[in-house]
Amino acid sequence: MSNAIKADLKQNILNNFKSFEAELNGQSRSEVHQLRRKALDSFESVGFPGVKNEEYKYTPITKSLGKEFDFNNISKSGTIESKKVNDFLIKDLDAYNIVIINGQFSKEYSNVSSVDPKLSIQSLAEAFAEQQALLSTHFAKYANSESDTFTALNTAFSKEGVFINVDSNYIVDKPIAIYFISDADREKVIAQPRNLILVGKNSEVEIIESFYTIGAETSFTNVVSEIVVGENAHVHYAKIGLENDKAHHIGNTQVYQAANSVFNATTATLEGGMVRNNMNIVLDAEGCEANMYGLYLLNGKQHVDNHTMVDHRKPNSFSNELYKGIMNEKSTGVFNGKIFVRQDAQKTNAFQSNKNILLSDDATINTKPQLEIWADDVKCSHGATTGQLDEEQLFYLRARGLSKESARAMLLYAFAHEAIEKVKSDAVRDYLDKLIKERLNKNFQ
Amino acid sequence: MLSIKNLHASIDDKEILRGIDLEVKAGEVHAIMGPNGSGKSTLASVLAGREDYEVTQGSIDFLGNDLLDLGAEERAREGLFLAFQYPVEIPGVSSTNFLKTAVNQIREHRGQEPLDAVSFLTLIKEKMKLVEMDQSLLSRSLNEGFSGGEKKRNEIFQMAVLEPKLAILDETDSGLDIDALRIVANGVNQLKNSDNATVVVTHYQRLLDYIVPDFVHVLFNGRIVKSGTKELALELEEKGYDWIKEEVNEATA
Repeated sequence: MSNAIKADLKQNILNNFKSFEAELNGQSRSEVHQLRRKALDSFESVGFPGVKNEEYKYTPITKSLGKEFDFNNISKSGTIESKKVNDFLIKDLDAYNIVIINGQFSKEYSNVSSVDPKLSIQSLAEAFAEQQALLSTHFAKYANSESDTFTALNTAFSKEGVFINVDSNYIVDKPIAIYFISDADREKVIAQPRNLILVGKNSEVEIIESFYTIGAETSFTNVVSEIVVGENAHVHYAKIGLENDKAHHIGNTQVYQAANSVFNATTATLEGGMVRNNMNIVLDAEGCEANMYGLYLLNGKQHVDNHTMVDHRKPNSFSNELYKGIMNEKSTGVFNGKIFVRQDAQKTNAFQSNKNILLSDDATINTKPQLEIWADDVKCSHGATTGQLDEEQLFYLRARGLSKESARAMLLYAFAHEAIEKVKSDAVRDYLDKLIKERLNKNFQ
Repeated sequence: MLSIKNLHASIDDKEILRGIDLEVKAGEVHAIMGPNGSGKSTLASVLAGREDYEVTQGSIDFLGNDLLDLGAEERAREGLFLAFQYPVEIPGVSSTNFLKTAVNQIREHRGQEPLDAVSFLTLIKEKMKLVEMDQSLLSRSLNEGFSGGEKKRNEIFQMAVLEPKLAILDETDSGLDIDALRIVANGVNQLKNSDNATVVVTHYQRLLDYIVPDFVHVLFNGRIVKSGTKELALELEEKGYDWIKEEVNEATA
């Protein structure tokens, strides 16, 4: 994409910001708004990533966005029928449901009324007004606008999304499921939801973020979720990508862990056009544990890029990562896993593995582990494998009467399942299981 | 049941089978013996439909079907079963789920209703007794981490569940201690009836003490060079294979 178009987009966004500011009705002098301005400055100086940008080398998101969007009108609200919303809800999952339509918190469809006083769930817009102390301590303090231009863009326009606060010493009684729906039925849509999730000391919660599109137009979701895991707290997190082939998605999940906390993440991208998942975890104390699992199933021209980063800042923490992908037809997978072990972070254990199956000659995977270790007493390992289906296994199954198709699907399922089996809720795991089986039987023959 | 005529097969342009003729009828047990590299396992693989081998000449009729026209799964559905010499480990595939899928796809092929969970469980419990298999193996991934003996028993267990018309046991005895061998042989014998047939491929006579063959064939250099009854197996055990090789060499000299 030429620099001229890139500059045009950028200019449109800057103009947009002025009208966005005007709509804020005097809130433009607030502390939050100063953060927005600062983020806009970051965006202005960096702009959209070009082909030479190392972080986006294999994911031509700027080119793709430039073809589809002019960024003239960034935030639009959407309305959809309740019947459609119900279609998306995870079957048999008893959860606090939050529905975000085109980036806007939908009070109508969210069911968060009867929550315990130790748990607050509200729209970010409300939280800006009602939770000023917490917001001023935490909002935009973890997701770094200077290191990621899409985080900068999201922060600059941050207004809507979800705010969750779990008090200390509280085990949330059921999962919190956030459904992000882009309604691209009538026109192209850009959604930039922004979420802040604070989990207090000794508490535990499961959070599910899942993404969908309605309609045949193009959509762009640029989501940022900041998650703060307090001392000795446990957070189970699942991100499920089910947007359609025309969807562009950039997601930044930014996690900050305090001492002895545990964060378990599963990122499953089962559908989508061009998807980038950034999962950044900062282990800023001793005794932290972070587990990251990932799965991507791609066919057609789908493109899914998982970038993960674990920053071991203090001694005696543990991180473990397993990402698995199956690529068919002309699809492309990208995996980049960074592990930083700072000089202070002695006795760190950090493991990383990325495994891929390519089912066609035209499918591609770019995989890159990146370990930077400054401490000298650590255990770190990484590995990446790329292969095809095992012919011996395939023959064995067929020799017992299984059709070639079901034998393939069975082997692919066995490969994929390992990446989602750590999801906390049975209902969510079953939901993923069913989607994976359907997809492997349908699109991977 | 099975009629092999002038079968030639090669792998990577190297001819392994050079004209095999074999007739197997219902109710019979045939043993195929021979020194290493004679083509025994190749014959078993070609029968089961392994695609690495190319059949260059000859024909195989199985219950009125041209076997060479059928894919591996179609052969299995028609009633052919290969007990693998080296059963492959498949991590992540549950033994139970795999077997249930196999049973029901075979049933579907035969126009039968699929088995429900209860009937399937009853069936496998009954068959597990036959090979004295521990039920815990079924909750594990297929063959993953199984000992050599467990893998072979699992093969015979699958055979019991699938009830083939023709079972080919490819070196099922190799690596088995005497107890495991007895259990496996006992399983095979119990499954034997007047409607099915068994082809036992083996290097050693030992297994044939337990599974008594009606016919013994000696395979050498890709051909069956001698056929006889179970006494032939005993003779081979006593004298080794060298005298067969000499006989063949004299005949072709």
